[in-house]
Amino acid sequence: MVSLSDVPLTKDRFQTARAAHLWLVLLLVSVSVTSLAVGASGTSLWGAFAKILSGQSLSQMEKVVLWDIRAPRLLLGISVGAALAVAGAVMQGLFRNPLADPGLVGVSAGAGLGAISAIVLGSTLPIGIVALAGNALIPVAAFFGGWLSTIVLYRVATRGGRTSVATMLLAGIALGALAGALSGILVYIADDRQLRDLTFWGLGSLAGATWGKVAVAAPIILLSILGAFTLGRGLNGLALGEVTAHHIGIPVQRMKNLSILVVAAATGAAVAVSGGIGFIGIVVPHLLRLWTGPDHRTLLINAALLGASLLLLADVISRVIIAPAELPIGIVTAVLGAPVFLWILLRRRGMVDL
Amino acid sequence: MLIANDITVQLGHRTILSNVNFNAQPGTVTAIVGPNGSGKTTLLRALSGDVDYSGQVLLNGCDTRQLKSWELAAERAVLPQASTLAFPFTVIEVVRIGLQSGTSGETDSVAMQALNLVGLPHYANRFFQELSGGEQQRVQLARVLAQVWDPVLDGTPRWLLLDEPVASLDIGHQLQIMDIARNFAHAGGGVITVMHDLNLTALYADSVAVLAHGSVLAHDSPMQVMTDAILSKAYECSVKVNTPPPSGFTYLLPHSAGLATVSQDSL
Repeated sequence: MVSLSDVPLTKDRFQTARAAHLWLVLLLVSVSVTSLAVGASGTSLWGAFAKILSGQSLSQMEKVVLWDIRAPRLLLGISVGAALAVAGAVMQGLFRNPLADPGLVGVSAGAGLGAISAIVLGSTLPIGIVALAGNALIPVAAFFGGWLSTIVLYRVATRGGRTSVATMLLAGIALGALAGALSGILVYIADDRQLRDLTFWGLGSLAGATWGKVAVAAPIILLSILGAFTLGRGLNGLALGEVTAHHIGIPVQRMKNLSILVVAAATGAAVAVSGGIGFIGIVVPHLLRLWTGPDHRTLLINAALLGASLLLLADVISRVIIAPAELPIGIVTAVLGAPVFLWILLRRRGMVDL
Repeated sequence: MLIANDITVQLGHRTILSNVNFNAQPGTVTAIVGPNGSGKTTLLRALSGDVDYSGQVLLNGCDTRQLKSWELAAERAVLPQASTLAFPFTVIEVVRIGLQSGTSGETDSVAMQALNLVGLPHYANRFFQELSGGEQQRVQLARVLAQVWDPVLDGTPRWLLLDEPVASLDIGHQLQIMDIARNFAHAGGGVITVMHDLNLTALYADSVAVLAHGSVLAHDSPMQVMTDAILSKAYECSVKVNTPPPSGFTYLLPHSAGLATVSQDSL
């Protein structure tokens, strides 16, 4: 037997992951400042700071750009990025598969169908409802779409109080196809103006950020992320399989229910306010597992931080790359994320657990 | 004390176990043996609460269906026959997963001690998925041991439920693992293990339950249960049990049908 002194004690990954919290907070802070400072209008954050410090009042232009445009956009970016990354990490833990994603089980498609319905059919609703919902009509519809698809998915895949992950994945594919087909019908009957809205929304963007959208999405997202943080140990146990998770004292069914709720709420809220922004949910948890290991107790916290930072970064790029026009952020995340995703696939090609 | 009363398990229209009564004492190794498909694993899964059953399982006097999963986990650990792992966890991380808290110094040392016990301390920082099947099985055993590290806690015995713990191991490690199980039992804990190898069963078990066709055929000390008549009936083949006088250890050798007939004739 090898004695303990011969053990090649590599760096403890849990310590690395703890240290990563700090680095990722620093990253988020610096990207946030950049996001506030950069934009098409040329308004200077530093100029505004200098004015405030010297007691001068800000110009109307500076107030509008910084407070009404960039600040809600910053908060929405942080919320959506964190939501997408955490929802991805939870879904992957739940499905015990690093390639699972809310997009995969039809949650995003359901939320998308909700939003498209609101865009295309919103004008046919009674005036009273439209007036009542106001700007929140599309977000609310998207949230209910994502939620409804999760409930249906759950009912189909759950027998006798136990959820079969295989059935859930397959049902998710069917639900996604159904939502896609219904969305297609809606696109077909949409008029020209609605089509432009659809295209813009479908690629994903933070451009429409308002304090109203932040108020709708941020609380839901904050609650679901806090809920996700309680799932760390349970998802670790689930990595050993549902039966073993039960053996080591995880309340498996309750934990799976909470996971599904967290994913539906976070994804629904994110899709509602920003459209289909892809790849954050898959790429962020993957990069973190490579860096700090798969322990969900730290992974979920780091995913929220890195997801927020990466989405803000993509948003800054989308704003400056063809300024004064701006690129939908979904294009940026896809261009940056898809190669990373393919690289991950290539690296893992030989591994059995893909 | 672990008592199972009148356990019946049905999967679809098939009855896997019918009206099984079973009990195990702390301080002993109780083996469950029987031919393939006799219901050994199903009985263990009923005891660990993994299948729906009618009847009652009492673990240290409590109905296991009334216990929360974390309360159960504090009193018994289960080693399944086959195990899987998603995501690239290291060996020490796998052992720690079963612990209530994976970071404090004390639990770290328990995880490391458990790895030491199964002879794999030098693999602590290797990736679990890179290990051979037998090594993975030993790491899983270390995880199970770490979960109920003290065989007796606050005067209550804790239990190891093992499903063919030595199935994929070589003979040296078979003995090593069975020694660990026996030491756990002799320190006051309870061990219930499904066994395939009758010789190892004879060597290590304090009590043997023989299952056949979903019922308990016999349950007693190895000397009482491991007889030609009972084993031949359970396994539906002729089995010759030998007990050489000097050691008193029971052992079995495989017989072809012809050989068995000859040796029985000559007796």
